[in-house]
Amino acid sequence: MNENLKTPRTSRRRKEGGDLGAKGEPFQWCLGGALAIGLAMIAGFLVLILWNGLGALYPKAIQLVALGDGTLLAGEIFRRESFRPEPHQLAEMDEAVREAIVRQGGVAERILLRTGNFDIYNEDFRWVLQAQIRQQTTPKELWFIERTEWGPFIGIIKSLRLDARQYKAEELTEAFIEAAHKEAQKRRKRIRELERGETSRINHSMEAERLALRKAVLRYGENGEDYLRAKRRHNWVMERLQAQYNELSLEIQKLREEDAKFQLVLSTVDEQDKTLRLSEIVRMFRPNAMGVAARLGVYFSRWWELLTSEPREANTEGGVMPAIFGTFVMTVIMSLAVAPLGVVAALFLREYARQGLLVSAVRVGVNNLAGVPSIVYGVFGLGFFAYLLGGRLDELFFPERLPSPTFGTGGLLWSSLTLALLTLPVVIVATEEAVAAVPGSMREGSLACGASRWQTIRYIVLPRAMPGILTGLILAMARGAGEVAPLMLVGVVKMAPELPVDSIFPYLHLERSFMHLAFHIYDLGFQSRNSEAAKPMVFVTTLLLVGLVGVMNLGAVSLRSRLRRKFLEAHF
Amino acid sequence: MQGLAWRKEDTVYHLKPGEAGSIIRIRDFSLWYGTAQALFNVNMDVEKGLVTALIGPSGCGKSTLLRCLNRMNDLIAGVRTAGEIFLDGQEIYGPGVDVIGLRKRMGMVFQKPNPFPMSIAENVLYPLKVDGIRDKALLQETLERSLRAAALWEEVKDRLKENALGLSGGQQQRLCIARAVAADPEVLLMDEPCSALDPVATGKIEELIDGLRGRYTIIIVTHNMQQAARVSDNTAFMYLGRLIEYGETARIFTNPKVQQTMDYVTGRFG
Repeated sequence: MNENLKTPRTSRRRKEGGDLGAKGEPFQWCLGGALAIGLAMIAGFLVLILWNGLGALYPKAIQLVALGDGTLLAGEIFRRESFRPEPHQLAEMDEAVREAIVRQGGVAERILLRTGNFDIYNEDFRWVLQAQIRQQTTPKELWFIERTEWGPFIGIIKSLRLDARQYKAEELTEAFIEAAHKEAQKRRKRIRELERGETSRINHSMEAERLALRKAVLRYGENGEDYLRAKRRHNWVMERLQAQYNELSLEIQKLREEDAKFQLVLSTVDEQDKTLRLSEIVRMFRPNAMGVAARLGVYFSRWWELLTSEPREANTEGGVMPAIFGTFVMTVIMSLAVAPLGVVAALFLREYARQGLLVSAVRVGVNNLAGVPSIVYGVFGLGFFAYLLGGRLDELFFPERLPSPTFGTGGLLWSSLTLALLTLPVVIVATEEAVAAVPGSMREGSLACGASRWQTIRYIVLPRAMPGILTGLILAMARGAGEVAPLMLVGVVKMAPELPVDSIFPYLHLERSFMHLAFHIYDLGFQSRNSEAAKPMVFVTTLLLVGLVGVMNLGAVSLRSRLRRKFLEAHF
Repeated sequence: MQGLAWRKEDTVYHLKPGEAGSIIRIRDFSLWYGTAQALFNVNMDVEKGLVTALIGPSGCGKSTLLRCLNRMNDLIAGVRTAGEIFLDGQEIYGPGVDVIGLRKRMGMVFQKPNPFPMSIAENVLYPLKVDGIRDKALLQETLERSLRAAALWEEVKDRLKENALGLSGGQQQRLCIARAVAADPEVLLMDEPCSALDPVATGKIEELIDGLRGRYTIIIVTHNMQQAARVSDNTAFMYLGRLIEYGETARIFTNPKVQQTMDYVTGRFG
């Protein structure tokens, strides 16, 4: 026996390791390698987003560049790159520059300057050849001024006009300008409050009155006594509202005239003058004269603006608060819709339905639904929810508003429901698995105590399966919050005038269209007037979206781990 | 071996009806899992207030028979039955029988302890919760009575709010017994209650069964013949889905009439 085992053949095979899989090592390397690649990609993505997103709002130094042909430019350095100029480009260059490039083997270096002053130059950016630069400095008196319109202004202050007094640049201190600017911002805020708050309240009342009258027409006809009474009342109320409106317009008009007396006279580095109302200025500072602390101050004030205010300038400037809010509200409503539906469906499939061909077919169908392209859900949502359901709702409940649709077009509710449908398979599959993982002995124990099936599900199965169900919901939320394609059809817009939640009854306006971070990214990156200027905002918005999804997931994960501790504690 | 040649007339009975009479009567009961027959024309009376043991080799149908008594087999797809089982004269497989009500009259203890992932108190009071009873005093009284009946009160009275999954295996099983008696059933069904426990815990459970004798009718399935001999009044020996011999425990273990019973109880096969 022993001799048999020691035949040379066997021993040679053993030495060489014969079957590679038997040793396990190479396979282990494969598995670890695959994991490492996956992790590296995720880490790379996060680092890219964090680096670009976190850095985008930090104020950069302003370079004053003098070119060989005497042109003066001022701006932030956005990017620099090497390129190989085409012959016709070379032909256009100065002799000295061309020689320099040829000496370097035909490779030129260029930088992208963000010059701002779009209203004067008709462009925000300018490529400058490194070889063309004669002198490059960072003078302290250059201001970076963020405006409500036309993007940033980069230049110097010539004078300041406050009401009747004119101050020359030499008389101005930074503190003085700041105080004047604060005052101007107060005026701007006041005007805005009047325009947005009061005016919109009056407009809403007027619209409500118009709808009430229209309702009366639909109910009583054009000639009835009731209609005429309603009409008289309508006219009375409208007169008062119109009077209020006129008064308000007058006040706004006055404020504007008053505001126009506070002006800042500026000049670009190449001596083109520009007069700005102080109230048009969002933020002004001299980056070259600032230390790290002051720059951080600007940085955080920019973040604050981003998180709390509305977009300006075709979304490339200002905040993204409506988009954050819209994403959050939509995800919450979607979760509220998908969780009960998915859980109930899965419970029926697993606990009540007779396991057979039909149930298997349904299960396969559900799994396949997860693979349907999301745009198809969008089309379905638009056709079924918005046009069919919404159209019926409008006919039944809001006939006075027709032909302008209320629910009969895309909106918050339909978007949430469409995404709920999209994420339903995830929740169903996760719930089914969680429910199946509840030990049969517990079910039997409960039934043997005289519990009904429903009581067993309610008291034993559901609590035990809850962590698994929440996992499904987390996945669904993550998928739903990042989805754009179907939303473009059923309710997301580039710019929503009003939030879906406000102080006007009924507070939550499910029919309104809304803004969404993911769509905002698409819009900024590919639909804006100047995609180069929007680039930092794309990263910042991406960072916010990833952060928002992360925060919502963290909430669900912490809830899940609490439940897990409760139900899966210490087996003996 | 009798095997396929067995007829129901072959079952040997040594029992004369006891004074208290029988609480469960099984008549010509057969059961199929799909096409495989698991029980063959079982006829058996269970005496009230006594401990009845079901013994036999693995797969002989003793657990199946036990689970028929509170219709737990309803949960398994493809189960079909024939024959009748009466509880106090009421046919439990008849049409329109309230299965939930039936299960409330029969407490069941399973092979592996299966406490619910809740507190100890909630576990014991689960049958009452299911009945919608909210009377604090009654709940408190039931909790103490059941835990005392299961000889667990002294060990857990200070930690009733703790999670039941933190108890030891033996404690968990006694908790399950407390849960089974909390609903004040007439019959206790025990499906190998000690098979997952160590000898000390097993001893405790056996003591407990002895203590419950007379208050409840107990039917216990066991693999352990010493256990059957120690705790039961009557013993039924089953083999291949047939009831082979049924009588007083002493008679079955010392003087069985059928050769197979003899072989099994003396440990010649099993």
